Amino acid sequence: MSTDAPDRYERIAESPEFSGLRRALRRFVFPMTIAFFSWYALYVILSAYARDFMGRILFGNINVALIFGLLQFVTTFLIAWLYARYADRKLDPVAEDLNTRITAGEFDADEQPKEVVA
Amino acid sequence: MSSRTLTIVLFVVFVVITLAITIWASRQTKTAADFYAGGRSFSGFSNGLAIGGDYMSAASFLGIAGIIALFGYDGFLYSIGFLVAWLVALLLVAELLRNSGKYTMADVLAFRMRQTPVRVAASISTIVVSIFYLLAQMVGAGALVALLLGIKPGAHFLGMDADTAKIATIIFIGILMIVYVTVGGMKGTTYVQIVKAFLLMVGAALMTVLVLAAFKFNLSDLLGEAATKSGKGASFLEPGLRYGKEVAGDAAQTFYNKMDLLSLGIALVLGTAGLPHILIRFYTVPNSKAARKSVLWAIGIIGTFYLMTLALGFGAAALVGGEAITAQDKGGNTAAPQLAQVLGEKFLGGATGGAAMLAIIAAVAFATILAVVAGLTLASSSSLAHDIYASVIRKGQVSEGSEVRVARIAAFAIGAVAIVLAIFAQSLNVAFLVALAFAVAASGNLPAILYSLFWKRFTTAGATAAIYGGLITAVVLVFFSPVVSGSPTAMFPNSDWHWFPLSNPGIISIPVGFLCGWLGTILSREPADPQKYAELEVRSLTGVGAH
Repeated sequence: MSTDAPDRYERIAESPEFSGLRRALRRFVFPMTIAFFSWYALYVILSAYARDFMGRILFGNINVALIFGLLQFVTTFLIAWLYARYADRKLDPVAEDLNTRITAGEFDADEQPKEVVA
Repeated sequence: MSSRTLTIVLFVVFVVITLAITIWASRQTKTAADFYAGGRSFSGFSNGLAIGGDYMSAASFLGIAGIIALFGYDGFLYSIGFLVAWLVALLLVAELLRNSGKYTMADVLAFRMRQTPVRVAASISTIVVSIFYLLAQMVGAGALVALLLGIKPGAHFLGMDADTAKIATIIFIGILMIVYVTVGGMKGTTYVQIVKAFLLMVGAALMTVLVLAAFKFNLSDLLGEAATKSGKGASFLEPGLRYGKEVAGDAAQTFYNKMDLLSLGIALVLGTAGLPHILIRFYTVPNSKAARKSVLWAIGIIGTFYLMTLALGFGAAALVGGEAITAQDKGGNTAAPQLAQVLGEKFLGGATGGAAMLAIIAAVAFATILAVVAGLTLASSSSLAHDIYASVIRKGQVSEGSEVRVARIAAFAIGAVAIVLAIFAQSLNVAFLVALAFAVAASGNLPAILYSLFWKRFTTAGATAAIYGGLITAVVLVFFSPVVSGSPTAMFPNSDWHWFPLSNPGIISIPVGFLCGWLGTILSREPADPQKYAELEVRSLTGVGAH
């Protein structure tokens, strides 16, 4: 990697390619975090305040609380899998491409004199 | 061979094998990156296993099984919180931290800040969290050994009575963890954790299959028998026997109990991604993609394990019974080993089979504790050497060799301090210490990490305010809570200075941590450095310049 002009990273950060990558990441992780946190909070709040509902028997000795708890496992596995798939398809190719181009010096400004930092 | 002898033999085999691996690992440990980060050469799968080994502590294996066995459904709340927490690490922290940090949590927090104040704060928080957690594990080990080796008050073992045996165990575990860390560094520690994770999963799976087999693989029958045997009927399978209790005629206490449950739930789910000994595991893989893979594997492994805690806990309630468990240990920490004994008697043939199963599970429990304490010692000694010695004291002007030498000395010192503290802290409640560690991690570390990674305007003052604000609030609230004084189960049951009504501070201290970070930032005189934030963003998302 070549040496950096002081504003090199700012230029990269403002480039359309990088903005796209940042947007793609945030578009997935922020809503998903809010979703799983609310879903988990709902479970904890129901455990505290909706005991009759949680204790309702579905079949045999299996009640709503157990199924609700097991569903937290299911959603955790599901979200992990969805994220892995999303990152593989939408994030990794862009990040790798940007990495290669940055390392190759594509974003080093040509109009500015390069400052050599030891 | 008696169960006690077999436990010791199996444990010695584990120790010999892990020591051999540690010595082998020490030959591969030459650079600072080898010592702190295992040469960054582990695969996603290996690191996933090691994360499992680092995370599934005695509190998980023995504690959760015990709470389910005695209080039924409420123990399952822990399993769920401990698992869902990994989504925070997966979505928001692991990959970005891997790309932008080097050896410690502070590397990321100090990336765009003034080094000294942020590193000092992060290091203090790392050591506080790790020491609470470390004490929990060591005190747990001391309490367990007496029970697992069958040393009852009045009885003797190798000439030691129960109290001496507890202290001897704490010292022994302490010395082993110091050896793993000082000799083997991150590589040795990682292999110990991988071996432990494997043993724990196999042991838990074996017990789960046997429990289910005892009920002809009918989960409903297992739950029914557990509920009947508990004497509490259907309520044993519902939330509410332990947490969020409704006190008839006392609306205030009922309200506090419910708040305490919410507080515990929040601390569990937000604490994990702020635990320094977990965070440094992400540096042991070559890149952010491997960091993601390791969290995915960890979620699979840890999730499977916590599902099995249902069978272990309800199995112990159904097959051992609450009375037999509390007769052995009031906290229920011996439910899993006792269940192992019953299963061995039932399926492997009589007393010999029971003794064999008990021995195996007891040895697994010791391995579990050992792997976790090694990870904690490494995290705190790395922070002392890399953050305090190399960055703050020597301002980065230090050779790799002497930094690693300091890290080894720090590991020795922290191990020694932990041994002494654990001996004095023997009467402390293990679950309380772990809950406190999670609360501090969630209140101090997590806000600082998330703001650092995602908030452009975040400043040095904001970072230190978040860490100290969250840390101090959590510790102070616990000090004035009913776990420390003013209740029969408190640390000081005969005094009462408590005014904070909850046992877990999270519901207050976590928002305080985030608020302090925000206030510290908007009130700080020096603005954030936009260039450094751009650099952090680019590096954390693309992996450019990653170590």
